[in-house]
Amino acid sequence: MSFGSFLQFLIDTLSLGSLYALMALGMVIVYGILRLVNFAYGEYIMVAGYTLFLLSQSPVPWLIMALLSVLAAVGASYLTERVAFRPVREQTVTAMLITSFAVSTLYQNAALLFISPRAKLVPLPDIFSKSIVFAGLVVPLRNILAIIVTFALLGFFALLLKRTIIGIALRAAADKFTMTRMLGIPANLVIGAAFAIHGLLAGVVALFWFGRIGSVTPGIGLAPLLVAFIATVIGGMRSLLGAVVGGYVLALINVAFNNLLTQNFLEYRDAFTFSLVILILLLRPEGLVRAR
Amino acid sequence: MLALDNIHVNYGAIVALRGVSLNVRENELVALIGANGAGKSTALSTIAGVLKPAGGTIIFQGESIAGLAPEKIIRRGIAMIPETREIFSGLTVMENLLLGGYIRKDTVEFKRDLERMIDLFPILGERLNQAADTLSGGEQQQLAIARALMSHPKLLMLDEPSLGLAPTLVNHVFKLVARLHAEGMTILLVEQNVNQTLKICDRVYLLKMGQVAAQGLPENLREHVDVESVYLGDRIDAQ
Repeated sequence: MSFGSFLQFLIDTLSLGSLYALMALGMVIVYGILRLVNFAYGEYIMVAGYTLFLLSQSPVPWLIMALLSVLAAVGASYLTERVAFRPVREQTVTAMLITSFAVSTLYQNAALLFISPRAKLVPLPDIFSKSIVFAGLVVPLRNILAIIVTFALLGFFALLLKRTIIGIALRAAADKFTMTRMLGIPANLVIGAAFAIHGLLAGVVALFWFGRIGSVTPGIGLAPLLVAFIATVIGGMRSLLGAVVGGYVLALINVAFNNLLTQNFLEYRDAFTFSLVILILLLRPEGLVRAR
Repeated sequence: MLALDNIHVNYGAIVALRGVSLNVRENELVALIGANGAGKSTALSTIAGVLKPAGGTIIFQGESIAGLAPEKIIRRGIAMIPETREIFSGLTVMENLLLGGYIRKDTVEFKRDLERMIDLFPILGERLNQAADTLSGGEQQQLAIARALMSHPKLLMLDEPSLGLAPTLVNHVFKLVARLHAEGMTILLVEQNVNQTLKICDRVYLLKMGQVAAQGLPENLREHVDVESVYLGDRIDAQ
């Protein structure tokens, strides 16, 4: 492998892995506390996408649109917790799981009914279609941006989780939720904060996800949801670090198969990817990173 | 200070507590003893708000606290150290202690208490930045107690603090509980180590099959109850 190919491989893996890592991190933050795989998670990406679409005719600058769409994802996530999950929180995990399916269906059908079943273009800034030439490689700027934003966000969350009392409480709640409550930390505060971060990460991912595909449909959330779920399973469902590692490993596998498989086999890439995921799980059933 | 009256608790179809009544006065060390499954831990968890009673009342300092959420119970001044200690394993010793004082608003007093905990448990002072899951069992128990004390509780509830500890550490834990009591702390203690418990407590309740089977001063209970039979589940001939 030449240096140029290696660099291309590295940038592709890092940029794709950044999105996967953010998605997985958002999923684990809620799973760690409620033991809930929120199947409505992908719909927050959809909400962010439709917010961008609805604002596309307005004179608002793109950065403000992006901010509002991220806020819409945060709002959707927080609202889901407040209206749908909180009333069933004391019930079984199965009840919450079914609730998450119901919420997912509700969001999708609302989009079908009130907007359109057809794909809608989302506005993107010029920077997303520009590329730079670096060491003889043509690299899309949006990939570089995805890496920078992800590293900045991961750094921000690392500081938040380490240095603030709410961050320490979130880590504690992900470990032993009842004990956290027994120390006086309100369940609603911790869970509310977790769902806000859940939505925030989905919103940020949405900007780069749509930067790659350019349009939003009611069913757009399924692919990123699957990515987040598989990445968390690979990394370890109860580890924040594991989610990030899982995201980058999944991207590494995807990009590697993209490069290694011949044209005839490329359409079976997902089958190869999932086979490798199964192999990883056979060797490390608890995920690559153990929860502490 | 604390009064339970006719408390009933169920786990689904299983009845765990059947009309338990007990009380703890200020500055007392009251022990709850009984065989496994007698309902001791259930009683503490119900007071702490982790379990909701199906019936009965719990009054703490003149106010009803039955069925309140755990985060509200600790704000009333009741701290509990569960049997499993429930140390936050990925957090450092310092972070565990910080969370212990989460409900505190008095920054200066809080820092003073932190120093007091380090005086009381020097080993924790040496390991403040160490992850809690790297501590030994005895050190984790000390951390669990220190964390609970950081909330400045009016009533401290300990569930089997000597469980799983080496004999020398068991003595240390009992000395510590006795010391806290001597300093004026009100304590409700659940223990399997009856002999040691009866030496340090003011009063004792014996639970059997979710009911109070006997109660009184430790010396009286010792006279009337074959302590071994408590743990073998035999019929108790107690007053």
